[in-house]
Amino acid sequence: MLKAEAFEVAKVREDFPILKRKVHGKRLVYLDNAATTQKPQLVVDALVDFYTRYNSNVHRSVHTLGEEATAAYEAARSKTAKFVGADPKGLVFVRGTTEATNLVRFAWGEKNVKKGDVLVATLMEHHSNIVPWQLLARSKGATLKYVGLNPDGTLDMGQLEDLLREAPRLVAVAHCSNVLGTINEVSAICAMAKKVGATTVVDGAQSVPHMPVDIGAVGADFYAFSGHKMLAPTGVGALAARKELLEEMDPFQSGGEMIKEVFEDHSTWNDVPYKFEAGTVNIADAIGLGTAVDYLSSIGMERVRKHEVALLDYALRALSEVKGVKIYGPPDPARRGGVVSFNYADVHPHDLATILDEEGVAIRSGHHCAQLLMRWLDVPATARASFHVYNSYDDVDALTAGLHKAGKLFRL
Amino acid sequence: MSSADIYREVILDYYRHPRNFGKLEKFDIDSHDSNPLCGDEIEMQVQVGSGQKMEEVKFTGKGCAISQASVSMLTELAKGKPLGWVKELSKEDVFKMLGNPDLGPSRVKCALLGMKVLKTGVYGYLGAQYEEKDEGELP
Ligand SMILES: Cc1ncc(COP(=O)(O)O)c(C=O)c1O
Repeated sequence: MLKAEAFEVAKVREDFPILKRKVHGKRLVYLDNAATTQKPQLVVDALVDFYTRYNSNVHRSVHTLGEEATAAYEAARSKTAKFVGADPKGLVFVRGTTEATNLVRFAWGEKNVKKGDVLVATLMEHHSNIVPWQLLARSKGATLKYVGLNPDGTLDMGQLEDLLREAPRLVAVAHCSNVLGTINEVSAICAMAKKVGATTVVDGAQSVPHMPVDIGAVGADFYAFSGHKMLAPTGVGALAARKELLEEMDPFQSGGEMIKEVFEDHSTWNDVPYKFEAGTVNIADAIGLGTAVDYLSSIGMERVRKHEVALLDYALRALSEVKGVKIYGPPDPARRGGVVSFNYADVHPHDLATILDEEGVAIRSGHHCAQLLMRWLDVPATARASFHVYNSYDDVDALTAGLHKAGKLFRL
Repeated sequence: MSSADIYREVILDYYRHPRNFGKLEKFDIDSHDSNPLCGDEIEMQVQVGSGQKMEEVKFTGKGCAISQASVSMLTELAKGKPLGWVKELSKEDVFKMLGNPDLGPSRVKCALLGMKVLKTGVYGYLGAQYEEKDEGELP
């Protein structure tokens, strides 16, 4: 088949020093990008530059370093907001998707969810978009209900409509599944939810890193994503929301930075988004996220997506030619993100990952923090290969070759 | 690490045809544990006879070849031995039983899950607390 490239992958690979590493004497084939991506030298340099040239706290020092650090941190916010079509005043820097959903749970949920309310999530959610709602439901006496899936791994929209008839307070849904790759029709879902007065939380952990996303067009009340899955450092991510919604909410964590004035018996809150950024923030990594956004923009998210769809198409074909491989999720690469979950005969995914590792191929094996989905698939675990900009057709070939080796070892 | 060393014929045989797989009608010890990293799960039952001997040992579970072969082999070793034998059992014994494969730190947990379940059950039966000191480092 034609191995077209949306951009020059070999050149992109040079930006990622880790790809020169050998694992067990083999070329590193990194296919665990849904867990976390590698970082381009530019991002590493941005961290070094911050710490060696203008390290300082933000928003509170009037000296030169403080002003430079504040400008860089706020520039990172603007860039990140622009990258996803969000209002910078509504973009809160957090630790990642998990902290974002927890922020919503406490700062929005405590005030807005009442006894007897219904909350809705889906069976394909990552635990970070389930457990906070479980705990919220428990503390408030609300009920958490789930939208099931169609056999092809898409959401059962009929079931969603049924649940919306119960006028839920909250609808929580992933933009893109980290296991099935399913891209959910989040703008339609948000519009439907809005009609019945439900607040929407969209988990963008697997969409923002891989495809063009316009949060304004999605129409979600809350949209969360993680920097480390989009070439940025660990420890930084964002929650994007309408400014007015954030203004109505109570604080999440409290202390320095998030206040306007403190009196003996009460305090007033800083403007958003600072109201939700208590204490000294993760300055360096946020600046790193801004740099990652610049890097991705220089390639162009349309092209990133095109590249991943091409690899996905190639991988789906290659894997389905291996006898005994069962692939999960929608068959059409245009309807899924750059992730392929599969099982191979009776080879447990952990054994498969060990065998592939020996070939330098890094995949993920396990439940992928999606145990409800594993139960729906009726498997204890899956193997998962996931792509990003630096992956090549050769990487997919290495995966397939590794599978053949595993087949031999397991005498399949 | 060589996966050819790990996935030897005998390991695959125990994985695909586990010995002592199933539940006991009568048992004195029932112990269960899982490995949250892998989702490996093991339940073990022991019937204790005269002289504190483990007369019957059975297990059920699911998981990778290493965890399931390891626990199955362990039930064979344990059967007929006194409970005191379990206290003496070390992780080196388990590695030896598996043919001393060179396992990475995360897979060591798989290999030792069966031992942990057996020890937890037997220690509990004897009124003692099993400490995980015999196990590998957390992955
Ligand atoms: C779909 C999805 N949601 C949420 C998360 C959680 O992200 P983080 O661990 O960065 O908070 C992940 C990644 O693990 C994910 O894939």
